[in-house]
Amino acid sequence: MTIRLKVNGKVHDVDVAGDTPLLWVLRDHLGLTGTKFGCGVAQCGACTVYVDGSPRRACVAPVSSVGNKPVTTIEGLEGPEADAVREAWLSLQVPQCGYCQSGQIMSAVALLKKRPAPTDTDIDHAMTGNICRCATYMRIRRAIHDAAGNLKK
Amino acid sequence: MKPPQARANVFVEATKSISVSSDISNPPFLRLDPRLGRRGFLAGAGALLFAVALEDSALAQGKLPQGNKDALLFVGVQPNGSVVLTCHRSEMGQQTWTAMAQILANELDADWQRVQIVQAEGHPKYGNQNTDGSRSVRLNFDRLRLAGATMRTLLEQAAAKHWKVPPSSCEAELGFVLHRGSQRKLNFGELVEAANKLPLPTASQVKLRERKAWRYLCHDIKSLTTPSIVKGEGTFGQDVRRPGMLYAVIARPPQVLGRPKHVDDAATLKTPGVKQLVKLPNLEAPVGFKPLGGIAVVAKDTWSAIRGREALEVEWEVGPNASYDSKSFEQSLLKAVRKPGKLARKRGDVARALSSAAKRLEAEYYVPHLAHSAMEPPAAVAEWTGDRVTCWGCGQTPQKARQTVAQVCGVPEANVTIHVTWLGGGFGRKSKPDFFAEAALIAREVKAPVKVVWTREDDLQHAYYHTVSAQRLEAGLDATGKCVALLHRTAFPPITSTFVAGATDADPGDLRLGASDTPFDVPNLQLESGQAEAHIRIGWLRSVANIYHAFAVQSFAAEMAHAAGRDPKDYLLELIGPPRTIDPNQEGAKYDNYGSPLKDYPIDTARLAKVTQEVATLAKWGRKLPTGHGLGIAAHRSFVSYVATVVEVAVDEQGRLTIVGVWSVMDAGTVVNPNHCESQLEGGTLFGLSNALFGEITATRGVIDQANFPDWRVMRMHEAPRHMEVKLIESSAPPGGVGEPPTPPAAPALTNAIFAATGLRIRRLPVFGTDRIDRLKLGTHR
Repeated sequence: MTIRLKVNGKVHDVDVAGDTPLLWVLRDHLGLTGTKFGCGVAQCGACTVYVDGSPRRACVAPVSSVGNKPVTTIEGLEGPEADAVREAWLSLQVPQCGYCQSGQIMSAVALLKKRPAPTDTDIDHAMTGNICRCATYMRIRRAIHDAAGNLKK
Repeated sequence: MKPPQARANVFVEATKSISVSSDISNPPFLRLDPRLGRRGFLAGAGALLFAVALEDSALAQGKLPQGNKDALLFVGVQPNGSVVLTCHRSEMGQQTWTAMAQILANELDADWQRVQIVQAEGHPKYGNQNTDGSRSVRLNFDRLRLAGATMRTLLEQAAAKHWKVPPSSCEAELGFVLHRGSQRKLNFGELVEAANKLPLPTASQVKLRERKAWRYLCHDIKSLTTPSIVKGEGTFGQDVRRPGMLYAVIARPPQVLGRPKHVDDAATLKTPGVKQLVKLPNLEAPVGFKPLGGIAVVAKDTWSAIRGREALEVEWEVGPNASYDSKSFEQSLLKAVRKPGKLARKRGDVARALSSAAKRLEAEYYVPHLAHSAMEPPAAVAEWTGDRVTCWGCGQTPQKARQTVAQVCGVPEANVTIHVTWLGGGFGRKSKPDFFAEAALIAREVKAPVKVVWTREDDLQHAYYHTVSAQRLEAGLDATGKCVALLHRTAFPPITSTFVAGATDADPGDLRLGASDTPFDVPNLQLESGQAEAHIRIGWLRSVANIYHAFAVQSFAAEMAHAAGRDPKDYLLELIGPPRTIDPNQEGAKYDNYGSPLKDYPIDTARLAKVTQEVATLAKWGRKLPTGHGLGIAAHRSFVSYVATVVEVAVDEQGRLTIVGVWSVMDAGTVVNPNHCESQLEGGTLFGLSNALFGEITATRGVIDQANFPDWRVMRMHEAPRHMEVKLIESSAPPGGVGEPPTPPAAPALTNAIFAATGLRIRRLPVFGTDRIDRLKLGTHR
């Protein structure tokens, strides 16, 4: 079936089964490979995108459930929180292999939009769904605090 | 955590300069004809090109290997002034791109903004491309420096000739050559043509840059990959796309060497998007890097392939490994270490010393199978043109990928091209290129480019697992508590079993990782190895046998300290003993020192003691701790580097464990990029703690019980310590390994801390079982 999707401000028509997870539509059909496949069962967070502004695990979100709600991926992520997070990520040299970092950044930006000055506990709650096997957790935590600090300035 | 920050010249104060073993009179590189350009590498002809010999290739004798008319382009300065480096090692987060570029750019004094990386394809002309063993810098440091210095010398000489001034008055700086007297300058690009006409400089003309003048080496240069990563750019194996590409997932035999008996594909073929099924060849022992076999479902996208596989009905012939049950195997491994094994190292007379010791103690340790579970599951794309195939994938060993594809497809290696993408983590899994071969076999059948996607379930159920091991240690202490005899027995299915069917003997290559190189100052020391059969695919996992050997040896050190009534840190330092170097080969061990000569990289007890003392200071060892808290320490040399770690835990009355803090100190000799080395020290330590806390792969009837992250558990944000401090020892020793050495001491430091907090000695990992009940069974311990 043909499904109309709005991703990063652009409208796309894709011919896929309605139960196809958004992840595979983004990656295989739209070529937006910044959103990563890590587990397929909403356990690792590598596929985190925003649907209508809220974080969703694209690997378990059937494309038919998205409807006309706008989708934002790492490629289209922008705004002051996104800038601050990217800057902190670069400054603290957070990523190692980088594969999970799209999802980490999507989650971190969503956290800062909700809580401009997150506590460590807020960070635990917001980021615990994003696995990093390189275990860059120490730097992710610090970078979120730094980004929050820079946003206040 | 200490914030990574810009630090200028951290190591400038080091007094000794690094010795360069390469001999300029027999240079490890060859200057190439500037007319040789190559697609995608150097935009234009006329560049100053050097092919750097990697290891003992023909280049070392000044000859191009036969049949490589396509040239070995390794480093070059383009006529536009940019510096290009072919990186032949795989980038998987260890920042090898950045490190290699730093080494070259430092000697050239290039402009960092004008350094470009080209990822090498898999080809023997690049020498050793096995990105494992924590040795990319170790193997390439000297030769890249020398090549860079020689190119710089040529550029300086060309400028001197142009200006008609003495070469000694010209020097390279940030991509230009300057003439000191006249303030004139020319950029590298303008000098390339003239430099190419000069003879290679003599040994006395080439001077390596002095340490105090290093601009990039030993500096916190920012990663070359991170700017792309934060935007979701960059191509991993899973991200490769080719025109007309189809997607495949494979139903693999649940047991290794199993095979399909009966297949009902009716429902699969009716699944929307599914194109066809491809039967893969049945696997014959030894498993090597060959595909496991099974049935591939090929579809228009990944999801259709996954759905098609779900609809597939396969009855499997279970094969010879269906007897494997990891629970009962644990008992047989423990039995194996309760009887004498094959002697692997001997000092003095352990039996006599044990029998006459004032006090004896013994302990048995068990470490289960582990999975790499890199965040990117394996993936490769293959595309055939006639009888030639091009593959793209996240490979740590692209030459092995080339060999394996050639072997399973029955084509000459020359017909196989392997492109290496970024790796979304490797940890040793992607050293095994079975997934490249799967892609090549399937693509040939369907006559279209095909991407083989491994799902997480595939990754966890069909890995090359970290082996399972049991160890027994026995010690004799004298009346003062000093260790006078140490017996270490170890048994594990060897990695050799992957390559030699039925191999059961421990390989010296496994024993040398933390067992045959135990640096303890005890008069009687003996290492024995038992036999064990493998029933699943066994392979390398970050730091390999060091994981279990360091766990047992460093736990037992703390157990001896306790038996002697001594402080564990003081006792560990006493075991390490006075400053000296050790050669296990003199005590019957077959010890290859991670492929590096002992004269350049000795087992130096002073360095091991130093990291131990430094980490104790950093963690304020000996401070008064709150009730329920405990500190544990462990120190281990691996991959010719030294790491010591202290863990502080808190355990409440219910047995709930918190890792309060972690401190880790590494001496990796000269480090190319302190910040990135600290990042490895942080991540590698947490990787070790994650395994120790939760890591356990089990098998029932030869089938792996864990399928995805709910049952295979890795550390998450809230389980990481809130406090972590890492430190590098300033050193002018040659560079050692960085990616793996942080992992081994983490587990014993953790369990030693748990013992200090509770009196509970954990000898079987992981600390928490797969039941997800995160409580220590304290019983009467507290």
